[in-house]
Amino acid sequence: MDILSLFPAWLLEQGPAFVIVLPLLMGAIVAILPSRTLAWWAALIVTLLCSVTAFGLLLQVYSEGASLYTMGGWDPPHGISLVVDALSAPVLLLIAAMAVVTMVYAMPATIAEIEPKKRAPFYAAFLLCFAGLMGMVITGDAFNVFVFLEVSSISTYAIVAMGAARDRRALAAAYNYLIMGSIGATFFVIGLGFLFMETGTLNMADMSRILADLDGGSRVAMVGFGFIVVGLGLKMAMFPLHTWLPGAYAYSPTMVSVFLASTATKAALYLLLRFTFTVFDPSFNYDIVVVKYVLVGVGVVGMIFASLQAIFQTDARRTLAYSSVAQVGYMLLGVGIATAAGIAAGYLHLLNHAIIKGGLFLAMGAFWYRFGITRVTDFNGLSKTMPWTMGAFMISGLSLIGVPFTAGFVSKVNLTIAAADKGWWWAVAVIVVTSVLAIIYIGRILLAAYFGSPPEIDGEMAKRNEAPLMMLIPMWILVFLSISIGSNLFGLGDNFVMASERAANLLVGIGG
Amino acid sequence: MRDPHVILRVVSKFLIPFIALFAFYVQFHGDFGPGGGFQAGVILAAAVILYALIFGLEAAKEAFPPSWVRIGMSLGVLLYGGTGVVTWILGADFLSYGVLAEKSYHGQHYGIIAVELGILLAVTSVMIAIFYAFGSRQPETDEGDW
Repeated sequence: MDILSLFPAWLLEQGPAFVIVLPLLMGAIVAILPSRTLAWWAALIVTLLCSVTAFGLLLQVYSEGASLYTMGGWDPPHGISLVVDALSAPVLLLIAAMAVVTMVYAMPATIAEIEPKKRAPFYAAFLLCFAGLMGMVITGDAFNVFVFLEVSSISTYAIVAMGAARDRRALAAAYNYLIMGSIGATFFVIGLGFLFMETGTLNMADMSRILADLDGGSRVAMVGFGFIVVGLGLKMAMFPLHTWLPGAYAYSPTMVSVFLASTATKAALYLLLRFTFTVFDPSFNYDIVVVKYVLVGVGVVGMIFASLQAIFQTDARRTLAYSSVAQVGYMLLGVGIATAAGIAAGYLHLLNHAIIKGGLFLAMGAFWYRFGITRVTDFNGLSKTMPWTMGAFMISGLSLIGVPFTAGFVSKVNLTIAAADKGWWWAVAVIVVTSVLAIIYIGRILLAAYFGSPPEIDGEMAKRNEAPLMMLIPMWILVFLSISIGSNLFGLGDNFVMASERAANLLVGIGG
Repeated sequence: MRDPHVILRVVSKFLIPFIALFAFYVQFHGDFGPGGGFQAGVILAAAVILYALIFGLEAAKEAFPPSWVRIGMSLGVLLYGGTGVVTWILGADFLSYGVLAEKSYHGQHYGIIAVELGILLAVTSVMIAIFYAFGSRQPETDEGDW
């Protein structure tokens, strides 16, 4: 491919380690940088470099196939390997690109939200969180997953708690997240312990091979699988385990909500795919039972209940957070259909939802930045006071509902077709019903914004006060992406669908 | 009035250098036997924490300023990661110590020493930082207010 030849050979060869090491080391440097502006530039450049590398790796996977990087030159299964394949590369690019978008937005946002003294450590923690998420996705070693999971989680607790300067409830939310997240990580590592007991290895590919030889293994492997699913379920806010999510999204600094909503749960979902379809095999009877009944069950119940809860929130940020829980349900439904088409639809929704929810939370952050607005009732007349921001919010909102020519439509249609092909007509009905619920909770906000009149301050109508350009640009990039995917501008829609199909084919074993 | 803690102070003054020395023994013995940067870091931090417990937090902060602690944390990580960067510059995979010297096993040896030093620095600083953070907390309610 032509674009691929533009990348330096070293970057492609060492890229898998580069995307983890760069943010990790720069995080350590940024933490002791004296200048806050310098810290921002450093973080922005790091995320940009990582995005470029992740893009190169993605192109490399598509043209030359999956690549394996051995850390320190130790061959797997003894050494730690980093695996870039059709499943991990798109998620890597997604996380890196969303980090860039968030960093651009962060410049004005952190000035408003974080105390000056804490800004450099804030960026450092953000970079560590970023490094952890990249590591979770790229590593081919099961225990390494746990290490990176903790790296990203612990820094996330810290940056969520930094929202306390804006809203004291952030402290309680971060503590709640800390407890739930630690339980999730503990469950995950207990599961890994059982798996290690059964297979005697921590390398995922090796584990998968041994488990296949043992035909699924004994009850030990089964218990391990259960622990891993519950642990990852907590991390990705699978329905009954989602209680940490609304608080963490609503009260953290706005740039953190953007980044978390678009990446953190996605990385956990990626790991669930990895474990249920490659480490374990759906041909093991316990695996398919969990995928078919548990994941679909909690997915569908979560879609309905979280959407209903979203409708009754007074705080718009919590509405979006509950909507995220519902969207995880869609992805789980796609995974649970367990056909190539179903997984592809779930995977596509993972990518699309990150873009959509990122846009929505960026707009939410801008509303707070200008007017301190968080409650739905305060949205009155926002279309007149902040037309561009509200426009971005509206298009992302429509995309969330699944209106044609937007990204949400593409993934929902694919999901519906996959469900119908499997003969799950009830699932089609659930998708339609929850889309109607989405119309209600997004529509409620849009109604206030477009048909309400701006509040009067001292007898005068509130004046137009648009968000700064540094906020509008990332917001509209995401909106533009969402429309491009939906209407297939520049072939983006086809590329996204192709990426998800390749990932799904890899998982069901047709070959990526 | 005599110092009521005189026995504690005299004994710990004797002990602290030995604790620190033992930390370095564990550190450098780690190449060939049990031990290594993590354990040594905890032991070294324990020496500082013991000093703080006996002589007070302020004295400990003078001996071991919090600003050093913060830099130490970062420097430890950078020393570890920097070893990997050096191997990158020498044209090998990240953290392939083999290229650090003519003979691969010497390289492995140098690499592990540098990395373990990084761990020592980071672990010591983090342990002390945690202790300072908890030790410096002011009680929210004064004793008299109860």
